Amino acid sequence: MTAATTTAAAPSAAAQPVTGATRHRWGVTVWLSVGWLVVLTLAAALADILPLYDPADTRAGIPLSIPTSQNWLGTDQLGRDLLSRTIYGARVSLVVGLAAVVLSSLVGGAIGVLAGYLQRKVEAVSLFAADVLMAFPSFLLAASIVAFTDSRGLFTVVLVIALLYLGPTIRIVRATTLSYANREFVTAARSLGATPGRIIRREIVPNVVPTTLSLAIVAIAGAIVAEGGLAYLNLSVAPPTPTWGSMIAAGKPKIDQSLYPVLVPGLALFLTVLALTLIGDAIQKRQGRNIGAI
Amino acid sequence: MSRRILRLLAVLVAVTAASFSMVSLLPGDTVTAVLGERASEEDRAAAREELHLDDPLPVRYARWVGGAVTGDLGISYRTRQPVAEALGQRIGVTLELVLLSQLIALALAIPMAVLSALRPGSWLDRTLSGTQLAMLATPTFLVAIALIAIFAVKLGWFATTGYVPLGDGLFANLKSLLLPSLALALEQVALYARVLRTDLIATFDQDFIWHARAKGNSTGRIVLRHAMRPSSIGLVTLAGITLGRMIGGTVLVETIFALPGLGRFTIDAINNRDFMALQGAVVVMTVGFVVLNLVADLLHGVIDPRIRAQRMAAR
Repeated sequence: MTAATTTAAAPSAAAQPVTGATRHRWGVTVWLSVGWLVVLTLAAALADILPLYDPADTRAGIPLSIPTSQNWLGTDQLGRDLLSRTIYGARVSLVVGLAAVVLSSLVGGAIGVLAGYLQRKVEAVSLFAADVLMAFPSFLLAASIVAFTDSRGLFTVVLVIALLYLGPTIRIVRATTLSYANREFVTAARSLGATPGRIIRREIVPNVVPTTLSLAIVAIAGAIVAEGGLAYLNLSVAPPTPTWGSMIAAGKPKIDQSLYPVLVPGLALFLTVLALTLIGDAIQKRQGRNIGAI
Repeated sequence: MSRRILRLLAVLVAVTAASFSMVSLLPGDTVTAVLGERASEEDRAAAREELHLDDPLPVRYARWVGGAVTGDLGISYRTRQPVAEALGQRIGVTLELVLLSQLIALALAIPMAVLSALRPGSWLDRTLSGTQLAMLATPTFLVAIALIAIFAVKLGWFATTGYVPLGDGLFANLKSLLLPSLALALEQVALYARVLRTDLIATFDQDFIWHARAKGNSTGRIVLRHAMRPSSIGLVTLAGITLGRMIGGTVLVETIFALPGLGRFTIDAINNRDFMALQGAVVVMTVGFVVLNLVADLLHGVIDPRIRAQRMAAR
């Protein structure tokens, strides 16, 4: 190319570096986050065929051992292998996080879209329901349902955590729907004789879904934390299934003797939540919104 | 405003009715929980009679509401202590914890947000934003355990658990609450700083700020006198919501640090199926949530004269 084009390109190149550098930086952290989630999911899914100790085997090593060639991440107070327990524990965290948010997004999303589009009574009733759900001390609601039903299966835990996100989901989806409900393309579709069902399916939902998706990723992080908290209080999936929260709770009294029983599942929890937060944040930045503004 | 109060009252009634019926609808026998598995049939019948468990649900709810408005929240099934009295002993700890953590959160979040907003995109802004994301990603109960591991076990500066009442000296009291409130504050720091940063950046771009700058005001004066007030509405709303949330959200921290607060009380009530105690705690928390939301609403008017004018016009 000629020298003229190079000089012409130079100013824009000089203006670019800052944004270019930040975008690149985000790229790396986001890909690292995706990488961590993929590795964790694969390990959790393939835990049965990986060369791991049985998570309940108390003879995997000396109790409260530090990382050794035999137990890569050390052992807990009963001599169980921490690597194996953390990987098996990831199953509960990932399944509960994903299933609870999918459930609350589907139910809350449907209610929110109907409330935002049909308005009037539907809107009043669903907003009131959302208010009640949000005014309820939600973590305690979850805890009491698990405690009272005395069924500490995966399904109950998923249901209970989905309930935590129902109120906010209804509100956010309704607000997003409202912002589209009277736009020109919706009015145009209506004047062409489209039924409300068709308008919701073809005009509203495709616009609302992207917003809900990026919020859902952040909500998965929250749901995983909520499961960890319930498990810490011994109100999540019952033993012998290992969960990160119950591992942390079991390791806490021995924290003066060994950090690893708390550190290993704690770090797994932290990295997973951080990865989801970073991905959600990056998506929201691209969509031009701010995570803190929810 | 009065419509909003009515609406919040309706929410209050709905929440208490829901929590009241929840325990009746869910399985698990109250009498067995109170008397144990081996109680005789006569004792069970007497207990059912005494606790009015055979009355229809609406009757029981109406009787409970009648008591509640006069400050009588019933008697704990397990300890036989009046629930209102038990709550009174616990609520102080939780309120102190929540207030202290909010003070810490604001004290950290406001300078962080201002530093970020003055130079958005700078290395400082990016470092702070990254730190805040990490704070958001650390579950509170993990922070609590990490603080215990570092400051109590490793360094030995604090007792690992336990609460020193205010009567035993202010310093000892604050010292026993410092780690728990720090643990609670961390997530709030990130949330508050992010909201305030966004609002401040928007405000800094407004004409009146450019005007103040053109007049030669120092940056510090511009931030404090001109930018802070119009930028704080988002923060006040958020703080109102979080404060309300936290009254019920301290369960884990209170459990980890063995603090005799409301959250711990509630989880004990849940585990023992102590229905009246649970119901009382739910009411206190919901009232707190509702009231704090109202206060945040009122503060909007104090901060922004336009909102005040609108309200006057609407009246």
